[in-house]
Amino acid sequence: MRRPRGAAHRGNPHAEAREIVFDFLEGYDLPGAFWVTVQLTLLSAVGSLIWGTLLAAMRVGPVPLMRGFGTAYVNIVRNIPLTVIILFTSLGLNQTLGISLGAHNFDTINFRLSVLGLIAYTSAFVCEAIRAGINTVPVGQAEAARAIGLSFTQVLTLIVLPQAFRSVVGPLTNVLIALTKNTTVAAAIGVAEAALLMKKMLENEAQLLLISAVFAFGFVCLTLPTGLILGWVGKKVAVKR
Amino acid sequence: MSSVLYDAQGPRAKRRNVLYTIVFLLVLAAAGWWVFKSLDDKGQLDWEKWKPFFAGTEAWTTYILPGLKNTLIAAALSMIIALPLGAVFGIARLSDHAWIRVPAAVVVEFFRAIPVLILMIFGVALFFKYTSVSSDDRPLYAVVTGLVLYNASVLAEIVRAGILALPKGQTEAAHAIGLRKTQTMTSILLPQAVTAMLPAIVSQLVVIVKDTALGGAVLTFSELLASANTMSSYYGANTIASFTVVALIFVLINFSLTTFAGWLERRLRRGKKSTGVVLPPAAMAGTESTGAAA
Repeated sequence: MRRPRGAAHRGNPHAEAREIVFDFLEGYDLPGAFWVTVQLTLLSAVGSLIWGTLLAAMRVGPVPLMRGFGTAYVNIVRNIPLTVIILFTSLGLNQTLGISLGAHNFDTINFRLSVLGLIAYTSAFVCEAIRAGINTVPVGQAEAARAIGLSFTQVLTLIVLPQAFRSVVGPLTNVLIALTKNTTVAAAIGVAEAALLMKKMLENEAQLLLISAVFAFGFVCLTLPTGLILGWVGKKVAVKR
Repeated sequence: MSSVLYDAQGPRAKRRNVLYTIVFLLVLAAAGWWVFKSLDDKGQLDWEKWKPFFAGTEAWTTYILPGLKNTLIAAALSMIIALPLGAVFGIARLSDHAWIRVPAAVVVEFFRAIPVLILMIFGVALFFKYTSVSSDDRPLYAVVTGLVLYNASVLAEIVRAGILALPKGQTEAAHAIGLRKTQTMTSILLPQAVTAMLPAIVSQLVVIVKDTALGGAVLTFSELLASANTMSSYYGANTIASFTVVALIFVLINFSLTTFAGWLERRLRRGKKSTGVVLPPAAMAGTESTGAAA
């Protein structure tokens, strides 16, 4: 795997040193692995935002059966380890029941299955964050909306949810950061993302601390800016009361 | 039943709700039928597949209970080690000296930003390379290492929030009677903060219990999830049955912990002896628990 020292670098001690230190990265697709992590995060984030909002709407709605379903879903899913859910999508849904989500090769099937698992799990937390946000909207807002004759759906979609979303940017950011970290669990079913690559590299290469530091740095780069930027956005959009 | 979001229902709304209920029921029934049908087609509902869990104790004594024991041992060890570490770092972040405060903050933020699984994988390699821990014990060591590093930093934040949530008068009164900073912390602030933090700590335990499953899936740690895997191959591919039982056990443990945390919080809030400051269990752990990398 060791590349012969390039003639271009000869005589340049810095380039030489750089090449020796980062030699272990040769032959591994580090950006590719982190790109899979990012894809997992974004797809699951969109999916769980939609499904989580629907769940929250069910939980605050007037139909008792839907309320019961929402409550049961959140309480069950929140208490199952994500690892169990992800492993189940592969061993249970795919290998036992033959569900492949329209994909044909191993990599795509497992990628889609893990997105499904991440959405199922994360939406329970999104639902709780949004429900907490609905509670921060002053009672008078909903009362005024009802007084001018809006229906439940109108009250929720026109008055309450827009305000609730603005106040839950902070909590939802925490959920997003947690989701970014949770995508590593997809390694359990062989999705080629960062954690799986790190495991492979640590098994084959000697530089334990250096490799770990590179991956840790990668995740800090993903999660820290998310927190800072969305934290700033959250302050900007929050309804001042 | 009415709430702020909708009026008390008149006859039309009631009729509409009945309609919605029926439609939703049909959707649920269709989904349920589909699940039943696909399980039945693959023979996953046969008595043979479920028998090990209901008839005889072999499945429980050989697979589930030992797995559960390892899950609980790893969770308990992690909590016991992470608590004092978390307290140290939480207090260090409140220090008046920048050379203590800043490094502590960097360490805490660093480990909070990294997935637990990454820390566990690091742990395995670390114990393999630098210690003589046997390969049987290595997964447990790695799981506990990962969980301790991550949860100590989460607990540090809980401790810090707990101390900051106390009324300022507590510190001022302590200083007024001549206590030094250390004395104020150990005999005035910490005892009260511990009570305030209890619900948050209990719900962090849920996160830890859930995260132990990572060790089973990725690091060959023989905990509860790993025992589901072994069972499903031993009892003739009863994957659905094994996973259902294991998931139910996890739900049962975590649901009782969550309920206990809620009860504790309500009880502490009612209590008149303390300052009445209580960290809500969800404030930290609720959103972090997705960090439950679980």
